[in-house]
Amino acid sequence: MSTLQNNAPTMPSEALVRSPRQMMFQHAKTHRGLMLGGFVIAVIVLVALLAPLIAPHDPYAQMLSRKLIPPVWFDSPKTTWDHVLGTDHLGRDYLSRLMYGARISLMIGFSAMLISGVIGTILGICAGYFGGRVDMVINFIITTRLSMPVVLVALAVISIVGSSLTVVIWVIGLLIWDRFAVVVRSATQQVRGLDFVASAQALGSSTPRILFSDVLPNISNHIIVIATLEMAHAILLEAALSFLGLGVQPPTPSWGLMISDAKGLMFFDGWLIAVPGTALFMLVLAINLLGDGLRDVTAPEDRS
Amino acid sequence: MGNLMKHSGKIGEHMTNSTKPILSIRNLTVALPVQVERANAVENLTFDVRPKEILCVVGESGSGKSITSLATMGLLASSLKVTGGEIEFDGRDVLKLSESEHNKLRGDRMAMIFQEPMTALNPAYTVGNQIEEVLRVHRSFDAAERRERTLKLLDEVRLPDPERLFNSYPHQLSGGQRQRIMIAMALALDPKLLIADEPTTALDVTTQKQILHLLKQLNAKHDAGIMFITHDFGVVAEIADRVVVMRHGQIVEQGTADEVLNNPQHPYTRALIDAVPRRAEDREMTISENPVVVDVQGLMKTFHTSGGMFKKSRTVAAVNDISFQVRRGETLGIVGESGSGKTTLVRCLMRLIDPDSGAINISGVDFASKTAAELRRHRKDIQIVFQDPYGSLNPRRTIGSQLIQGAINFGMPREEAWKRVYELLEIVQMPKYSVHRYPSQFSGGQRQRLCIARALVVNPKVLIADEAVSALDVSIQREVLKLINDIRDRLGLTVIFITHDLRVAAQICNEVLVMKHGEVVERGGVGRIFTNPQHEYTKALIAAQPGQGWEIPDMAEFAPQTLSGGHKVAEI
Repeated sequence: MSTLQNNAPTMPSEALVRSPRQMMFQHAKTHRGLMLGGFVIAVIVLVALLAPLIAPHDPYAQMLSRKLIPPVWFDSPKTTWDHVLGTDHLGRDYLSRLMYGARISLMIGFSAMLISGVIGTILGICAGYFGGRVDMVINFIITTRLSMPVVLVALAVISIVGSSLTVVIWVIGLLIWDRFAVVVRSATQQVRGLDFVASAQALGSSTPRILFSDVLPNISNHIIVIATLEMAHAILLEAALSFLGLGVQPPTPSWGLMISDAKGLMFFDGWLIAVPGTALFMLVLAINLLGDGLRDVTAPEDRS
Repeated sequence: MGNLMKHSGKIGEHMTNSTKPILSIRNLTVALPVQVERANAVENLTFDVRPKEILCVVGESGSGKSITSLATMGLLASSLKVTGGEIEFDGRDVLKLSESEHNKLRGDRMAMIFQEPMTALNPAYTVGNQIEEVLRVHRSFDAAERRERTLKLLDEVRLPDPERLFNSYPHQLSGGQRQRIMIAMALALDPKLLIADEPTTALDVTTQKQILHLLKQLNAKHDAGIMFITHDFGVVAEIADRVVVMRHGQIVEQGTADEVLNNPQHPYTRALIDAVPRRAEDREMTISENPVVVDVQGLMKTFHTSGGMFKKSRTVAAVNDISFQVRRGETLGIVGESGSGKTTLVRCLMRLIDPDSGAINISGVDFASKTAAELRRHRKDIQIVFQDPYGSLNPRRTIGSQLIQGAINFGMPREEAWKRVYELLEIVQMPKYSVHRYPSQFSGGQRQRLCIARALVVNPKVLIADEAVSALDVSIQREVLKLINDIRDRLGLTVIFITHDLRVAAQICNEVLVMKHGEVVERGGVGRIFTNPQHEYTKALIAAQPGQGWEIPDMAEFAPQTLSGGHKVAEI
């Protein structure tokens, strides 16, 4: 880059100058996994948002005369285009339930991720930045949390407090912040040692200012990636809890609950499990693809 | 050595015909993946390395010297493709070799020493094991013979107590010792070609001197040709037989060391040699009558690592009873090797860490005793520019927002702050539009200018430059030093200049403190320190400067060549 004779400033031309964010978008557009994951998630989010408009039936309406109709691609005289994905054991339209179920999954995933993200990031940033005693205390909290089996504690708490959507969100959110805290802590420690933090101190920036404008932007890529992982984690947890009967309560349509309801008929009507199972799989896969892609795009230096 | 091996016949053959090159690179061109600055990393490279000779490849960062060595070793990153030319080694074109054939050559017939001895050794194995590994892979010696040979090698690179070192892990050794291990490893099979990529750049000058000396000695004993990559003309003067000067991936000049160093032909070579820091002339120490701005008394900082279940507690006096004053408008140099406590001293001065005892008086305010909250108001009086131009700017914020931050922190109105920022950009010779850019869009030298501007935004009384030019190429180094000097005179700043390089200190400082193990061993005017050092350590430091025997020619005496773009060493 250095030139001895070329007196002109070695600047990229105006057109080439992009902010890190613009370069990130440029990267993102060419990243296949990220685009695919993003697309699938966008579709699921749209379906969830528009469920009341596009769902063909009321997800709660039972019609015992039309129960256990298989999806249209089955070779059965019962199939009908009125119920594309068939009906469950109470005659409720499976497609409608699936659409409404997406709302529950996304809501729980997103809210729990937000709660855990805020808790974990605050703890991690404080531990990493201040070090010493603060770090010791927070490390103790993290270790305590890590020594608790998530599902067991969730089951115990929910069976004591009672089960509702809000309770499930809070319980999951309060249980899965550990990865945020651990990753943010070590990322902060790295950034903290860099000279621009020392410069900011020397320039009289206050500690909150340094944390917000110098540390946080430089660890945001880690946070984004963990956020996607934890969102997928929360969605699976909710499904597991619902499956065990301690998550979202019936008749609310939740994918975990749909699988749970179908478990008795697993050997006769396998599609009852396969349909919500596939939806869950697609959503989690898409979120993970998105997370992987975001890591590649936001932190190109982390790629091997 | 080496005659025991089955290749001894071949070696003898070459000895009789010593002019036949061991390595001969012809028209080598390596393409860069995307057109960043230029199409090719190296272009049309042609040079030879002969047995028993040390060929220095000199160039600034980005000149393609490392690419050349990696291409020869067959270690090019997969994104870099050789698009033309050949690298003939030992009668074969290594570019046409398969991966496994190349593997057989590497470590056996050609070996490499890297810049960072810290990372070039595997921390999980003892150094003895790692040297043995080379012997195990390429030869079928039994365990006893491997061990014997390894011990002999350790002895050959002058490491004390080979038996003990054999079982040491890399982290137990100093940088110099590790580099000796690397050399031992490279020499294990008596290679015909040794590539040394800036092997002494990461070392202290006293260690550097020993390593250079060792390489020269080994060179006399072995038949290997050495390709020595460096950016330092002092080192070139110390060891080179022949020199290749590279720039932007092309060779601009090559010849014997004497020709290139004392009678350079190409304007670029001349400019580079002209930028080499001169030894200080014996100038009178001028003590001005200006008021004292920085007054440090009895500063102490001791680090304790508390002992745990598995480790002993340790206490290190990083700064031990240091006192000094600096008057306004003067530059104090603090010189010391790694581990001398320079950085700790700086961090104490800035109160980035708290000293144990002592007073730091900066223009009437005692920095050592103020609480953190009280201190914030006074922080603007003392500012710092760090060594690493890549770590000292926040990559996620625009230059503008980083430059203005300091001024805003001290309550300057926005408009005025922006005016100040633009003013400073002009002083550090950076274009105004820099404010909209991000740090990644600037080169090292440019970033260092921006860091200087950032420090000056709050109108400090004292500027600390902590190895501020050590990471820069010599030509850029000179420009930044000049800038610091100009700014000092123009703004009446007091500068504390921390460096490990006496040559750099000589260029800019009025007075020098020499530090060792946390203590000041000598202080005095720059001229006196150079011509009449008193302390043993200072003498050793000065004696260790590479290129002592080389009288740097005065470029002004050469007939002016047609210089495209003029003499000016530019890096805006």
